[in-house]
Amino acid sequence: MYSSLFDICGICEREGISFWEAIQKEDASEQNIECDKHFKIMTDFYLAMKKSDENYDENLKSHSGLVGGEAKRISDRRKENKLLCGDFCGSVMEKALRVSESNACMKRIVASPTAGSCGVVPAALVSYQERYGLSDDKMVEALYVSGGIGEVIAKRATLSGAEGGCQAEIGSASAMAAGALCFLMGGDAEQICNAAAMALKGLLGLACDPVAGLVEVPCVKRNVIGAINAVTSADMAMAGIKSKIPADEVIDAMKSIGRGMSPDIRETGNGGLAATPTGKELVK
Amino acid sequence: MNLFDVVGPIMVGPSSSHTAGAVKIGNVCAKLMSEKIVKADIFLHGSFLATGKGHGTDKALVAGLLGMKVDDPDIPNSFKIARERGLDFSFSPIDLGDSHPNSAKLLLIGESGKTLDVVGASVGGGQINICEIDGLDANFSGDYPTLIVHNLDQPGHVAEVTSMLQHKYVNIATMQLYRSGRGGNAVMVIETDQEIPSEAIGWLKHLEGIIKVTYYSPGEAENYV
Repeated sequence: MYSSLFDICGICEREGISFWEAIQKEDASEQNIECDKHFKIMTDFYLAMKKSDENYDENLKSHSGLVGGEAKRISDRRKENKLLCGDFCGSVMEKALRVSESNACMKRIVASPTAGSCGVVPAALVSYQERYGLSDDKMVEALYVSGGIGEVIAKRATLSGAEGGCQAEIGSASAMAAGALCFLMGGDAEQICNAAAMALKGLLGLACDPVAGLVEVPCVKRNVIGAINAVTSADMAMAGIKSKIPADEVIDAMKSIGRGMSPDIRETGNGGLAATPTGKELVK
Repeated sequence: MNLFDVVGPIMVGPSSSHTAGAVKIGNVCAKLMSEKIVKADIFLHGSFLATGKGHGTDKALVAGLLGMKVDDPDIPNSFKIARERGLDFSFSPIDLGDSHPNSAKLLLIGESGKTLDVVGASVGGGQINICEIDGLDANFSGDYPTLIVHNLDQPGHVAEVTSMLQHKYVNIATMQLYRSGRGGNAVMVIETDQEIPSEAIGWLKHLEGIIKVTYYSPGEAENYV
């Protein structure tokens, strides 16, 4: 497992391989799986992501009744061409809601990197595939890129809201999706790292404060911000904008911010939105 | 943690700890029972008790006992399926003291009358820890073949077990030793890279000073309690 994005860039340069290949090579060797088979398993993950979007059921409500039907509202407005943010971001927003609502309603999702943040990566990747008509194989390469970024975050910091707050879940998912989008747009290793760094920077400090402790409010809508933030970060990186703080140091900052967070805003459901008068009322 | 743990797993929502982890605890219990379970009294502790209903922890535990995997779309319907298959279940609150906040205790009865008492915890990201079996310390993840040997605290038992594993070409991944006190009861928890042959488990059970041998295989359902 790589311990820095800097190391991945170094391998790409030294061995003349692509970002995704560097990640595949290392993990396939660590798990003692042949590269072909490794790619097939990643393909299953990508196809399951697409299914999690396709299988959305607008009539479902979560157990608490707080979540359900939101994506349908965006879909309707999108069909009427009324979305201010345009159709691509409209698609990203709609899919982020579809997948994370499905999660709240006990449907099958891919926890990439966690169940609570499961809408971000598919929203970005599946929207991109639909818009540009890329093959599944190309999308799987992008999924490797996202996984490599997530792996470094897991190694240097954490992917768990209970340890690092929502920045560790939605923030990490957003960095993963930003790097993957940048790769799909033809970005090199350095641009991929810049996209990931900018995405994570934008969400540093985000609290994990779920109402009633459930993966519903505000989690579902935070998937939207994570996914849209990935799109803008990838665009900035492709335009040549650099993160002044290197990606690995941004990840370290995320860890130290997480350590400094009160347990009340680390998935306990005791602080933040959960502790508001309305948040408490909703528990009843 | 590997790349697939970061990108996945594929699972039924909403929570890796409260849903997927709960299914896995049920799966391990079902494998340890290795026969049809007819009754399950399930006790929820801490956060499992506080937010379990909203996360489907109760449905997930029952689904796990029925042998469903973490991505089975039928997990939300597990109560109905359990009733159809003759599994009688109940849920109650419990205070397990200092245990992990996401813990459950399961008292199970199989069709032959066999009983099993397991305490399991969901420790984050879908990873679990089986803390106790029949009131004795266990402490394993369920990701590897696991051998749990309860023995008297006497010289030589660790050597007997590890020589047997060497003889069968089984590599040890992790190994833990505990004891209640000098000369009292001791426990070995050994996670291995390969499956341990059943005759080797049977041989261990008959050794002097060995009180109980439990084997858990993450693959096929088998156990030797």
